[in-house]
Amino acid sequence: MSPTDAPQQREPRVTSVLKARNLAKAFGSNVVLRDIDIDIRRGQVVALIGPSGSGKTTVLRSLNGLEIPDAGTVTFGGTGRGPGSGPSSETSDDLSIDFGAKVGKRDIAALRDRSAMVFQHYNLFPHMTVLKNIIEGPVQVQKRPKAEAIAEAERLLERVGLADKRDAYPFELSGGQQQRVGIVRALALQPQLLLFDEPTSALDPELVGDVLGVIKELAEEGWTMVIVTHELAFAQHVADEVIFMDGGVVVERGPAAEVLRAPRQERTKLFVKRLQHDV
Amino acid sequence: MNWDLIWSSFGPIITGAVTGTIPLTLASFALGLVLALVVALLRLSSNWLLSGIGRFYVSVIRGTPLLVQLFVIFFGLPSIGIRLDPWPSAIIAFSLNVGGYAAEIIRAAILSVPKGQWEAGHTIGMSHPQTLVRIILPQAARVSVPPLSNTFISLVKDTSLASLILVTELFRNAQQIAAFSQEFMALYLQAALVYWVICLVLSTAQSAVERRLDRYVAH
Repeated sequence: MSPTDAPQQREPRVTSVLKARNLAKAFGSNVVLRDIDIDIRRGQVVALIGPSGSGKTTVLRSLNGLEIPDAGTVTFGGTGRGPGSGPSSETSDDLSIDFGAKVGKRDIAALRDRSAMVFQHYNLFPHMTVLKNIIEGPVQVQKRPKAEAIAEAERLLERVGLADKRDAYPFELSGGQQQRVGIVRALALQPQLLLFDEPTSALDPELVGDVLGVIKELAEEGWTMVIVTHELAFAQHVADEVIFMDGGVVVERGPAAEVLRAPRQERTKLFVKRLQHDV
Repeated sequence: MNWDLIWSSFGPIITGAVTGTIPLTLASFALGLVLALVVALLRLSSNWLLSGIGRFYVSVIRGTPLLVQLFVIFFGLPSIGIRLDPWPSAIIAFSLNVGGYAAEIIRAAILSVPKGQWEAGHTIGMSHPQTLVRIILPQAARVSVPPLSNTFISLVKDTSLASLILVTELFRNAQQIAAFSQEFMALYLQAALVYWVICLVLSTAQSAVERRLDRYVAH
């Protein structure tokens, strides 16, 4: 979608776009996350699955600073933007945050500069047109020239089939259209990492396909993504790695086909079986 | 009934509205809104001291009569060496009053914006103040227009109290003509009529503003 500005010619020394270690969080005596480790390589798609209350959304939100873990570290490698961006052999620009220490506004801002979030309920800005929703971040936060941001937004809208909705307000769109605008809003920020929080859970069944189609295309294009989802068939199709969480811990992880088709852990088996029965 | 006198009294009454009531209302409302936003943000602060200050302010303003507030400022302050003219006294008293009432309206309006809007602002990289100004307040504005219009219309009528600290405005002019002509009924009804017309105009303006702010919501 956008040219990578990270140098590609040398063999990268660090392969992780993101490395999270020992993330932990508790609300009082209620432990939400315990010792979560995650590694995400450039261009990799990771699906986080698990029952509600398993902590998967909290992990995702932690990667965007919407939740602050009590302990653990997150390290982003490299400084490129867009699909395929990530660590280069120069690691001087790595971003490292230790949640155990005091986390400053600057750290959170840096985290948000590198990752962009797509919400379950879209969370578009209702008082802005589709176009303004998309260029708000690039223009107001990243200080990119407005004309450039508009051109980019129009191109992205074209891609997801919503070019004609440019000047519509969110309330004039269907759920599926709103979510595609939500995805474009995230893409326009040109992050290293795209985060999806149950992107199709609020949609009518017949609208799910459009949104999943867009996400699949992004995966093929080389975007690095973490997706919290209940769509196991989709996860198996798109994800390179599946992480199954339950009770705030990672129960099982591995290649999508393995975890979803031949789970080793009892809890994973149960969960996968139950979801497949529901479908 | 002295019809000539009554008819010719509309001149000074309307002049009082144009040079007194209306500018006094506009100035007090504008200052009051700024104050209200500050107080609303204080009340919403997670710092207990700041939110306590906001709460105290609202409590005092809403818990005491506007007339008493006006008298404290105009007749009371001179005894501690602060002497203010009628106009500044009136503007200060009315702004403080609007500040207290509108603060609660603005606070409620800010709280009515879904939390996901704050998160969406933050997630595209906006700071807290930036999110407040660009994302939250525009949406809060829509919710707060009807109750704020109420405050505004009340203020128009409340400014008649300024006549008691010698501000030359609509009601004071009516009072003075009534006093020497002894046409109390006629003059006070005339004053009432002019206030009513002003408020009718404001109600129409309110509808227009609401329509404009409603353009981005489903009907």
